[in-house]
Amino acid sequence: MRQQPKGNAFFYLGGAITLVMTLLILVGLVWTPYSPSAMDPAAMTCPPSPAHLLGTDNFGRDIFSRVLEGAGTSFLIAVGVVAIGCAAGTLIGALCGYFGGLPDLVLTRVCDAITAFPSFLLALVIVSVMGKGASNVVLALGILFIPSFARVVRGEFARCRDLNYIRSARLMGVGNVRILFCHILPNTRSVLLPALTIGFNNAILSEASMSYLGIGVQPTQPSLGSMLSDSQTYLGSAPWYALGVGGTMVLMILGFSLLSEGLQQRSRRSG
Amino acid sequence: MSREPLLEVRHLSCDYGPSGGLLGRRSPRRVIRDVSFTLCQGEILGLVGESGCGKTTLSRAIVGMLPGYEGEIIHHSRRPQMVFQDPFSSLNPARTIGWTLAEPLRAAGVRDRAAREARVAELLERVGLEAACAGRRPWELSGGQRQRVSIAAAVIARPRLVVADEPVSALDVTIQAQILRLLVDLRREYDLSYLFISHDLNVVYQLCNRVLVMRHGQIVEENTVEELFAHPRHPYTRQLLEAAE
Repeated sequence: MRQQPKGNAFFYLGGAITLVMTLLILVGLVWTPYSPSAMDPAAMTCPPSPAHLLGTDNFGRDIFSRVLEGAGTSFLIAVGVVAIGCAAGTLIGALCGYFGGLPDLVLTRVCDAITAFPSFLLALVIVSVMGKGASNVVLALGILFIPSFARVVRGEFARCRDLNYIRSARLMGVGNVRILFCHILPNTRSVLLPALTIGFNNAILSEASMSYLGIGVQPTQPSLGSMLSDSQTYLGSAPWYALGVGGTMVLMILGFSLLSEGLQQRSRRSG
Repeated sequence: MSREPLLEVRHLSCDYGPSGGLLGRRSPRRVIRDVSFTLCQGEILGLVGESGCGKTTLSRAIVGMLPGYEGEIIHHSRRPQMVFQDPFSSLNPARTIGWTLAEPLRAAGVRDRAAREARVAELLERVGLEAACAGRRPWELSGGQRQRVSIAAAVIARPRLVVADEPVSALDVTIQAQILRLLVDLRREYDLSYLFISHDLNVVYQLCNRVLVMRHGQIVEENTVEELFAHPRHPYTRQLLEAAE
């Protein structure tokens, strides 16, 4: 019997943080207290106050509004990256695991090669070939994220392929596509959900590092990474800038990590 | 019993073992050697033998799960269905019982959802389960209940032949008797034939009309159940009967 897990602190704490952050980000996509790019000469490098929750930067721009917008950018990029990685990774993993054979061998090796290569260098290559900009970052990171999904999904499909319930589905005359997506895919939930949350965190971090190094989104569009890079200069005069941006990133990742751990505990308990 | 044949197996030989991979291409083991038999309409044909004698491989070859074999397997009916030994791995854990039972109907092209649900409810009741089971998941059922569901799933699309590979050996004795009863009743109602694989001679004696005795991949004796138990001819059959006393 499956029992409702009780006292799964990771799940609830992580869920709460993620929920609050997601709500803030969604609000930030349509409304921010100040315009993120509006400069206010009267309020340059103000410390946090009720008017400016996280203070202002050296141009008098409201950091809270900028963090909301930047987190929104990072969030959307991460969602895009995970969507590409998960969709393509699941498809490749499913086909490799279920059918096996030579294509499986080749694709698994390709995935290993991508993993073995320093991912950052590869992203750098892709971005320098295709140009900077948010959509290219999504594409570059998305491709890099395919192997991690393909690997876990492949394992599950290879395991399920020879189980009796899949065998009897074949005997019943169920088509391969339906077996892949309606019979086996629901059984990969327990590995796919943690992979999704971990992937999301890695995507946030990767995007931030790329933007920090200036190969990510364009400076006019605030993202957590580029803002962190900006704030470095004013660490002495306006430490709240770096703290606000860094804290936001920490909260986003912490929330998702806890949620992921909680989900794994849940799936372990329900067997 | 001279009824029309449903399944004919002629000079079947199968290999089993490492057949692919880039490394370690060892020579496969021959597990079925020149097996021939006929299963007639309405018959319950028992297949007995110790574990590892090739019973399961033979059953897989018959339902078409084994890609490579020599010889001929001729079906005079639509594709046979199979009931497996382990009731814990034969139902999809991510799906409800109702979904799993409706799947053969979907595969057979029954588009009407209400018709599928009605048929699922009918079958559930027929195998002795509540209609409410349709909404449950496999882990909520006992081993015996799961095996009832597996049997329902095998017969729901009206096959003529059901291959049952040790369908009761994972169950305890009282449940075994109920499941065997169910198989007998279903055969009458749905005009089924069974190839019933077992290592348990008592079960075979209760259920089957005719028995094949298998050893080391070969059929060493074939007879009606009364004759086989009364006058076993092959020494191996005698040995099995003595062990089952």
